[in-house]
Amino acid sequence: MGHTEIPITENIVVKNDHRPINVDPSDLAAFDWPITALASITHRIAGVVLFVGIGFGLFALETSLASEEGFNALKAMIKSPLGMFISWGLLAALAYHFVAGIKHLVMDMGFAETLEGSRFAAKFTILISAVLIFLAAVWVIQG
Amino acid sequence: MVTQVTSFSRNGLSDWIVQRVTAIILALYTVVMVGYVAFNGDMSYEQWRGLFDTTWMQVFTLLAVLSICAHAWIGMWTIGTDYIREHYFGGGADGIRLFYQIFCIVTLVIFLIWCVKILWGN
Repeated sequence: MGHTEIPITENIVVKNDHRPINVDPSDLAAFDWPITALASITHRIAGVVLFVGIGFGLFALETSLASEEGFNALKAMIKSPLGMFISWGLLAALAYHFVAGIKHLVMDMGFAETLEGSRFAAKFTILISAVLIFLAAVWVIQG
Repeated sequence: MVTQVTSFSRNGLSDWIVQRVTAIILALYTVVMVGYVAFNGDMSYEQWRGLFDTTWMQVFTLLAVLSICAHAWIGMWTIGTDYIREHYFGGGADGIRLFYQIFCIVTLVIFLIWCVKILWGN
């Protein structure tokens, strides 16, 4: 035999003995959240919001296409305080999910894969979507 | 061996590419819809109805909702398998996750049927 088997498994077990395998929800607040992690979890939360939002979107589409009365009723609904809040919330989730998704596609092409690069991409995603979310608020209030 | 029978295509690599392709379709649909509504401020019912009476818009909308079904299925599945685990949910985690996944899938299929009814019903 040319070589001997090195018992790495044993070493790893000893070395990682105190490393947590699972994170408890109560630990989350104590985390020092890197910007990349914040960008990622927000992408997920926005996705879940949009899952629920599809129901609102289809309701709006159905009501607005059904008749002229429905069209006007939907316009009135969107202009109510609750309607404005829901519209803005869904547009905000859409804006963030859209920008973060494009960040993913750009990273899939091999860009911003270093630590510094991915931090920059996360910051850029948050900045651009913050601008879009602000514009969505202006649109919802004025439109 | 873990059999992930509730994933979209039963194959991670295939799910990965489906997630990207549907993302691009949905990004295009978002830009077209938001752009159309934003640049037609005082839109009338006739104009809005007319848009959705065109074949291209009906096809584009159904394509978008089909994309949502695949995209949201993969996304919600990923979230479910990440967080609905025995460590957080105890021994019933597998059952809760299966219920959650079936709920997501059935909801998406309902959305799809609803969309077909909106586009071609009446």
